[in-house]
Amino acid sequence: MAGLELLSDQGYRVDGRRAGELRKIQARMGVFAQADGSAYIEQGNTKALAVVYGPHEIRGSRARALPDRALVNCQYSSATFSTGERKRRPHGDRKSCEMGLQLRQTFEAAILTQLHPRSQIDIYVLQADGGTYAACVNAATLAVLDAGIPMRDFVCACSAGFVDGTALADLSHVEEAAGGPQLALALLPASGQIALLEMDARLHEDHLERVLEAAAQAARDVHTLLDRVVRQHVREASILLGD
Amino acid sequence: MKETPLSNCERRFLLRAIEEKKRLDGRQTYDYRNIRISFGTDYGCCIVELGKTRVLGQVSCELVSPKLNRATEGILFFNLELSQMAAPAFEPGRQSDLLVKLNRLMERCLRNSKCIDTESLCVVAGEKVWQIRVDLHLLNHDGNIIDAASIAAIVALCHFRRPDVSVQGDEVTLYTPEERDPVPLSIHHMPICVSFAFFQQGTYLLVDPNEREERVMDGLLVIAMNKHREICTIQSSGGIMLLKDQVLRCSKIAGVKVAEITELILKALENDQKVRKEGGKFGFAESIANQRITAFKMEKAPIDTSDVEEKAEEIIAEAEPPSEVVSTPVLWTPGTAQIGEGVENSWGDLEDSEKEDDEGGGDQAIILDGIKMDTGVEVSDIGSQELGFHHVGQTGLEFLTSDSEEEEMIILEPDKNPKKIRTQTTSAKQEKAPSKKPVKRRKKKRAAN
Repeated sequence: MAGLELLSDQGYRVDGRRAGELRKIQARMGVFAQADGSAYIEQGNTKALAVVYGPHEIRGSRARALPDRALVNCQYSSATFSTGERKRRPHGDRKSCEMGLQLRQTFEAAILTQLHPRSQIDIYVLQADGGTYAACVNAATLAVLDAGIPMRDFVCACSAGFVDGTALADLSHVEEAAGGPQLALALLPASGQIALLEMDARLHEDHLERVLEAAAQAARDVHTLLDRVVRQHVREASILLGD
Repeated sequence: MKETPLSNCERRFLLRAIEEKKRLDGRQTYDYRNIRISFGTDYGCCIVELGKTRVLGQVSCELVSPKLNRATEGILFFNLELSQMAAPAFEPGRQSDLLVKLNRLMERCLRNSKCIDTESLCVVAGEKVWQIRVDLHLLNHDGNIIDAASIAAIVALCHFRRPDVSVQGDEVTLYTPEERDPVPLSIHHMPICVSFAFFQQGTYLLVDPNEREERVMDGLLVIAMNKHREICTIQSSGGIMLLKDQVLRCSKIAGVKVAEITELILKALENDQKVRKEGGKFGFAESIANQRITAFKMEKAPIDTSDVEEKAEEIIAEAEPPSEVVSTPVLWTPGTAQIGEGVENSWGDLEDSEKEDDEGGGDQAIILDGIKMDTGVEVSDIGSQELGFHHVGQTGLEFLTSDSEEEEMIILEPDKNPKKIRTQTTSAKQEKAPSKKPVKRRKKKRAAN
């Protein structure tokens, strides 16, 4: 949208946040009783739902079984009502495939697959409201934790952009649509290692460091929130079990 | 066809070489292979060769009605195909993961970075716009498809000329190339992808991995930049864990590389332009050099051989003397004996498991020709080559050849002379009977059957 000021002179963004502030995050674990693990996360207006099955026997061709590790299978699906206009997305289209591949890559690095050889872990993510990779990854992390699958560390993701010389953290749909550079980063907070890095649109090399730092800081903030959610969930579960 | 798996030896060799900062083709860690760009006779057609990786790019255009939500912009369509001639592993329908990844990366690199001015492709707002279609075909896969493909795409786009169009009121006139010269596309900048391969959990990195290096790498980082040092796309893949300063270092290296490649592209475009203007011959046929003997030439790598003699002497001195030739069988246990050369075997030095595995291969190894036989066994004792089996007399050995498919078997009784020998070869070649332990082992198994 031309003429829309993404960053005002006083440093406020379109929705009133400051440059480094995240949107409101609400998350819930154990949403589905049927699945081994499930989670729901709301980041501003973006809502993501993740479901995990596994580890279980390899379905389909046995030949795909890896002798020393588990196979991680991820599928991403975007609801037709998620964007402003109703878009009927065919199931196997390239964007969904790519997102599935990226999720798989992220989680293969994070899940301790050596502990479950010859098994398969399925992660299904349903995303409403115009794609951010970050919400998918955060939801999937919570779901994997809910399923009890061992991971190296939380995988926290956040997006970042760059407007008028300032790095913005956690882009909303409006800011994404404006067409500036967008960076999506998935981080393991304890070690600071980057599991996945993805960037679109032009950004001058000199600004790369600032944007990376903003995204990393935002991911660490997401981590504190997710950590709180997990502890809360465990506390509730243990109360119900009557400890 | 399924991809042949990479052997562990080769994998270890490659990784060790990379640890010592050596690459198989002699390049430095940050060196690109030779890039060759050739153009076809039509505008918008080019072949890019990055070492042996070859990509063909073709651009075409068409007038269509625009998308509803973008009525004043033209449409760009990219398609990368992995042709079946590129590698035996590429089959129709088998390549989806790699294909999706490459296509998405190409799309993001070229479309989202807005390298082409799509507004200039509009003819009549809301009704007619140009649709530019870039088709890339991988002709040969020797690693680093994405770099070659991105260079091919941008070169083809720069080379392409679209037909001229003029609008007068409601009338749109499309001129053929004969009436008016076709017009080039308006390109803002040239994004070029640079791939970095990571090894040993990110400790070592290489630029422009070739096919072998790609097989052993942990992960890949692709950075697309243009010559103004603007990053157009970053994509990490393969499940490696990166650190922030690694990414920053890679972006600096990418900047340097992209500047070199952009210069090369501009020069190639200029050359082609000149040749066409001067009326010289152009096209793919011209770019293949005539009357040149094509040979499989490998660049020689300089190796320091000054101390080879000393080293060789050292090795020989330290090595054990070769075992002597034994002409009567040496009995080890009931049922196993050795005769001839090589009674002293060195297989005990290797791991036991390799010995077991090698039994299958031992078969072929034992087929020796007659020349070697003479040194070990007295020729006069060897019987003539006859089909069938027979007992050997009290003295000497008799060798038989038979055309049966049985594995060779040599059974020696604990008596002084070997009594019964059944040997078999695939052709009329004589063999030494028990010259290697693996044969004996197989013998034991057979005896048990």
